[in-house]
Amino acid sequence: MNTKVTIAGVEFKNPVMTASGTFGSGMEYSQFVDLNKLGAVVTKGVSNVPWEGNPTPRVAEVYGGMLNAIGLQNPGVDVMMERDLPFLTKYDTKVIVNVCGKSVDDYIEAVEKLNDSTADMFEINVSCPNVKEGAIAFGQKADALYNITDKIKRVSKKPIIMKLSPNVTDITEMARAAESAGSDAISLINTITGMKIDIERKKFVIANKTGGMSGPAVKPVAVRMVYQCANAVKIPIIGMGGIMTGEDAIEFLMAGATAVAVGAANFINPKATEDVVNGIERYMISHKVEDINEIIGCVK
Amino acid sequence: MFYRNIDEGKVISQEEISSGIFSLWIKNEGAKHANAGQFVGVYPNSKDTLLMRPISICETDASEGKMRLVYRVAGKGTKEFSGLKENDSVKLLANLGNGFPVDEVKGKCIVLMGGGIGIPPMLGVAKALKGEDVHAFIGYRNKDLFLSDDFLPNCKVYIATEDGSVGVKGNVIDALKASTGLKPDVIMACGPMPMLRAIKQYAAENGIKAYISLEERMACGIGACLGCVCRTVKKDEHSHVNNTRICTEGPVFDAEEVDI
Repeated sequence: MNTKVTIAGVEFKNPVMTASGTFGSGMEYSQFVDLNKLGAVVTKGVSNVPWEGNPTPRVAEVYGGMLNAIGLQNPGVDVMMERDLPFLTKYDTKVIVNVCGKSVDDYIEAVEKLNDSTADMFEINVSCPNVKEGAIAFGQKADALYNITDKIKRVSKKPIIMKLSPNVTDITEMARAAESAGSDAISLINTITGMKIDIERKKFVIANKTGGMSGPAVKPVAVRMVYQCANAVKIPIIGMGGIMTGEDAIEFLMAGATAVAVGAANFINPKATEDVVNGIERYMISHKVEDINEIIGCVK
Repeated sequence: MFYRNIDEGKVISQEEISSGIFSLWIKNEGAKHANAGQFVGVYPNSKDTLLMRPISICETDASEGKMRLVYRVAGKGTKEFSGLKENDSVKLLANLGNGFPVDEVKGKCIVLMGGGIGIPPMLGVAKALKGEDVHAFIGYRNKDLFLSDDFLPNCKVYIATEDGSVGVKGNVIDALKASTGLKPDVIMACGPMPMLRAIKQYAAENGIKAYISLEERMACGIGACLGCVCRTVKKDEHSHVNNTRICTEGPVFDAEEVDI
């Protein structure tokens, strides 16, 4: 049975990754999950300098999921290179560093520093709905996305994955812009912008007013968008959005994703990533799938 | 005593000890290893709810491997927990957070302060410090007291009620001020944010070391999501910004180190 998949020349032992921002840099969840079992650890977004993030409350539960507006708090790329990446090199898993920024120069600075690190790939976060400057501004207009993808691609020594926002009119336009600017892959979906109001206190539950929605309720939206993008571009897709089980992951693969990422499920079940790996293998055995690549995009 | 796992707990007993306040005894592995002031994440079963509910550990019986959670029904998750019966299974993320530094304060004059649903973890602290010079100030809205009798075998107890129906009228600081002659070296406290702010200020003005237990909405409970941070005076070692994780570096902080 083969579970290996390849994206931009990087081979993953299986298609299961962590979704950026839900897994730190792996250290916390290594108490619950054998990181060696994962296709890749995708780190929490890191910027050229430390970011404080948003005021609290930053998280809220909603029906079928949650809202978050962490605001990309992170210790900056230097700490990631000194502390987090050396930790991850102890494991036999691929490492994808998620990079965020407020300006093109921020992204470039972080990518240039990370160029000589042990990271296997970069995922470029142009789709966080919770920071006011930059980030999503690059991910909601096709020409801006093309521009930043092109500039990062010119300096990056590693393959890049542009992470797309679902908060757009037509996600295939964004996928095409990323592809034509040279992105090696795309990942989707980032969270869907949402809002929750506390009707007793007459206040927003999240201090940022809006937050990104994730969790099982967003899965049908994400599967649809992965399917649309798979029909629009030739570069590989990493699909995510509400994956809780191996069966959920199989849906994304059939829609056209080459790999998947597990996000909010980590908060609901700290062993979720490993459970998804095992669930995929069980599906392959019971459905006599010899090679995982057979089912990628098999539903037309 | 670091212990971190997904515990399959078994309910020993549950009772409503005051209106909307429930006392739940659970048998679980984490109970053998808990520090006073730590908390657990309790997973609801209902698919209406997904995230664990962080609940402070009220007390433990390490030899019997059981822990007591005293919580207020505040929403869908805690409403579900209030229906748990003897022998029901309950999944816990245990044990979370740091707890109060009980070993560091022995030999000193120690004041414990608990307000409302912040009272339960202070009972565990009182038990851990039994035999020391401990004075527990516990504050309620009115005469619907809970846990006050449980403190009695462990320390001196002073009660404050907002309406004055029992003990000193006012809050726990009013009750401390009314106890002339008591000069605490250390305060340890848990309760609503206005109370903790007042304690931080009172401790600073009177040269008293204060440890306060904070709460915040959280998702992962183990330091990965950065949902539950509080502002810090100095840059936090993990985050390298003036925010620290309540679930991991806390929930108990030296009051001087947090900007609340």
